[in-house]
Amino acid sequence: MESFFDTLIKAIFIENMIFSFFLGMCSYLAVSKTVKTSMGLGIAVTFVLIITAPLNWALNTYLLKAGALSWVGDAYKDVDLSYLSFMIFIATIASMTQLVEMIVEKFAPALYNSLGIFLPLIAVNCAILGVSLFMQEREYSFTDLIAFALGSGIGWWLAIVTMAAIREKIRYSNVPKPLRGLGIAFILTGLMAIAFMSFMGIKI
Amino acid sequence: MANSTNDKEPIFSVKNLKNLTGPFNLNNPITIQVLGICSALAVTVQMKPAIVMALSVTIVTAFSNLIISFLRNTIPTSIRIIVQLVVVATLVIIVDQVLKAYVYDVSKKLSVFVGLIITNCIIMGRLEAFAMGNKPIPSFIDGIGNGIGYGIILVIIAFFRELLGSGKILGMSVIPPSFYEMGYRDNGMMILPPMALITIGVIIWVQRSRNKSLIEK
Repeated sequence: MESFFDTLIKAIFIENMIFSFFLGMCSYLAVSKTVKTSMGLGIAVTFVLIITAPLNWALNTYLLKAGALSWVGDAYKDVDLSYLSFMIFIATIASMTQLVEMIVEKFAPALYNSLGIFLPLIAVNCAILGVSLFMQEREYSFTDLIAFALGSGIGWWLAIVTMAAIREKIRYSNVPKPLRGLGIAFILTGLMAIAFMSFMGIKI
Repeated sequence: MANSTNDKEPIFSVKNLKNLTGPFNLNNPITIQVLGICSALAVTVQMKPAIVMALSVTIVTAFSNLIISFLRNTIPTSIRIIVQLVVVATLVIIVDQVLKAYVYDVSKKLSVFVGLIITNCIIMGRLEAFAMGNKPIPSFIDGIGNGIGYGIILVIIAFFRELLGSGKILGMSVIPPSFYEMGYRDNGMMILPPMALITIGVIIWVQRSRNKSLIEK
């Protein structure tokens, strides 16, 4: 259980998806204009991450990894399908977002109305595929993976909501004209990333 | 956009040339269209990985644009995202295997970011916005143009980060040793992730000061 919280804290603060890996920047910059919508997108990303990461973990462990097919029989124990992982992962993510969208629409229409437009966007959010690829590279155990997926989602949510709050305020400031909009958003993200770097001192 | 009257359009017509050079500056995918930032900034600590990344993205964008443009009339709209992702993923697997075979050290440095080309918004954005409604050859040219536009920004950022951060260009030291003796220090901050964001902010600032029409309200 200890490593669960370690991985969680590390994923939220120290290795934040946006501030140290720049993953999911496109939707981060496009949607972080108001707090309300960014809240919705943040929750949707966390939700999809928690569903897709364990699925991809299972696929990686029992299908793709070198020697993963040994449960089929001795003849398959040398098979290494890891070169197919990009395609399998992205197929899982695309079909799961489609499925989640349909399920949410049927059973929770209120939630669908607030998340609806964001769900298709999530299929191409780099943070989702990034978590699956990091999972493969770092060889997480199952509990660590859940912590990592949850932490990455919360970290992403935290980043987009704080950014939206700042951008709501900055509308009333006198920013130099060429910097308005995108330019200042980048510089703000950079400054926030510097602030987040202070978490690096935490030893876990 | 695609009309059947200009079937015999030459490859280097004015319109195609505009598709090619537009993304270099006034329609740049990173600074104007805000696409493809996800996997871009993390690979800009040094110039070599940045150049390899730019080449890979150009190849994948151009060929996925070409393939999707050939298929554009047969893909049902409801499943087009999945079809596009499969085409892109196939191309990325090829690029990844080639990189592993010929430039293994760079491939290790890029780590997951090669895989993340799949979800690079430039590719999906150009497929949706251009290849689905245009003929194969203009789409191919559009892909190359956007890939190069992306590459230009990547190389500019990497140039400044490598020069100021470690005093090198493409791995060769360019700051003379006498400077270090006089007390010059490399700025370690430039190697860290936040400075990539601030560098791109400054690039946008410079670009928009020169082209007033791009300024946002």
